[in-house]
Amino acid sequence: MSHATSPDTPRASAPEPLLRAVEVRQHFPVRRGFFKPTAYVKAVNGVSFEIAEGETFGLVGESGCGKSTLGRTLLRLVEPTDGACFYRGENIFEKSPSEFARFRRELQMVFQDPYSSLNPKMRVGDILEEAMKIHGIGTRRTRTDRVIELLETVGLSSEHYFRFPHEFSGGQRQRIGLARALSLSPKVVICDETVSALDVSIQAQVLNLMKRIRREFDLSYLFISHDLGVVKYISDRIGVMYLGNLVEVATAEELFESPKHPYTQALISALPKTNPRTKKERIKLTGEVPSPLSPPSGCCFHTRCPHATEICRTTVPASRTISDTHKVACHLYEGRA
Amino acid sequence: MTDTSRPDHDLRAAKTRLKNEQRALTLRRFMANRLAVCGLGLTVVICLLAFLGPLLTPHGPLDINPIDRLQPPSAEHWMGTDNFGRDIYVRVLHGTRASLLIGFSVALLSSLIGVAIGLYSAYFKLLDHVLMRITDGLMAFPAILLAISVIAVFGPTTRNVILTLVVVYTPLIARVVRSNALVVKEQPYIESLRALGSSRTRIIWRHIFPNTVSSLIVQASFVFAVAIITEAMLSFLGVGIPAPHPSLGNILYDGKNVITSAWWMTVFPGAMIIGVVLGQNILGDGLRDFLDPHTNKAVSKR
Repeated sequence: MSHATSPDTPRASAPEPLLRAVEVRQHFPVRRGFFKPTAYVKAVNGVSFEIAEGETFGLVGESGCGKSTLGRTLLRLVEPTDGACFYRGENIFEKSPSEFARFRRELQMVFQDPYSSLNPKMRVGDILEEAMKIHGIGTRRTRTDRVIELLETVGLSSEHYFRFPHEFSGGQRQRIGLARALSLSPKVVICDETVSALDVSIQAQVLNLMKRIRREFDLSYLFISHDLGVVKYISDRIGVMYLGNLVEVATAEELFESPKHPYTQALISALPKTNPRTKKERIKLTGEVPSPLSPPSGCCFHTRCPHATEICRTTVPASRTISDTHKVACHLYEGRA
Repeated sequence: MTDTSRPDHDLRAAKTRLKNEQRALTLRRFMANRLAVCGLGLTVVICLLAFLGPLLTPHGPLDINPIDRLQPPSAEHWMGTDNFGRDIYVRVLHGTRASLLIGFSVALLSSLIGVAIGLYSAYFKLLDHVLMRITDGLMAFPAILLAISVIAVFGPTTRNVILTLVVVYTPLIARVVRSNALVVKEQPYIESLRALGSSRTRIIWRHIFPNTVSSLIVQASFVFAVAIITEAMLSFLGVGIPAPHPSLGNILYDGKNVITSAWWMTVFPGAMIIGVVLGQNILGDGLRDFLDPHTNKAVSKR
């Protein structure tokens, strides 16, 4: 696996990753007043990453950093402002709605809130069959068979077919949400805070289920979460987002062993330790996250960074390659590639 | 083939069992709702009376019998006779029949139109501005005045009364449906449908619409009641159902001049209006409690 260092590099000899996002931007216009110019909330501000086949890419960041928006943008649930997203080499941002329908089957999503992501007026079987009906897959009987199969795959049973969503617990509903995403046999599943609303014991069950399903269905995940522990557990590689920017990308191990970006270092130092005797310095960040309406100039993190220098205030740091599997957007690593 | 048919059969059995179970539960919950049961009972009794009651006496609603003018209630004329000697009992029931027909048609038609307007304006922002301004305009206009002018132009027939009332009451339905649809539209399960690639029509009719039905039914039952009152008012003013044909409103009008000497001409149709409207309103209240328990709490606290 190699990483294209610049988005403009033509397709290198390395195999094209399954999904490649290039400089994705999502800016939401905000009308502040009649005479004031329209401002933009820069929710996602030029994010590039790739997901290989069968890989889980974790995306962490605090709330409001744009990670969910990124997920929704990739599926074009909100139209992207700028950038490109290549799925098997085809830019899905440039497809017309009718062409894009084909890609919907390959790219699916599991939503955050298990209570409101299922239609309360429909039976579970109908909810799951809906996706296949929309895409005209199978006959009534084969669809039903498939749904029962899916229910069993996610650890439910055929007797749940005629039940309503309110008859299930949160964990069970997330399983249904997962089954719905799987019903179209996708290749990439975007999991937006899928386990955040569940309590810890259920989280583990659902995470293990997701791991098993990834193997069985040969899936790739884009796993969005604010929970470092959860992301570490499930991801192969992790990206850290701050204020609409991807500040560091590394394998899960590397990121937790030797975080490079000051923000990542602060995040990881805030994790509770399993051994209370280990002395480790807690890096405390001061101040608030700046408003995405007017992000700071230069490096977006310089307002809170303990190592900030003059250059951080003026120049946006480019993504630097530390090792084959580790990239960081920080001036501290200038010339240390 | 035989392999797949067995689980299929099991599944169907499970479906029937579950459906029966859920139906029984729903029925029990409805029966526990005293308001809804009372309202429904009253409405059903009035409907039965309106359609079967006239068969119990030999009199027709238009049979004039000048000798028996202004008779008080008796064994022969259960609610007395009017100034032409017509049997009030039969006339009231025929009037009720007309009222129910108008109320039902208005509720049905304005629901159909209102639902379409409400759903589409909730989904398309530009259309929303246009449709809601039209709706605002219609709501600002007094219903009676509009009805009178329309009927003055096109003539007083039952059909015109119905059409006018539909125009007047569609905004009430459209508003309620729209506000509900706006809430539903933002739910994650609608977004999940977009992620699945569902068409707009499918989202609007198959997913948003069923989630607005409960408030629609409640609102439609109120429109039913209000339409009956308005129709009675129009007939009383002489622009509703044309004269020889009985309607609760024009029986009241006929009784107005003799209200001091023949109380039965005013009391019985008046009581019937109260009965019909009360039944509908109670039913509407009960249905609201039954269908969306959440709004009920907010309303009853007011």
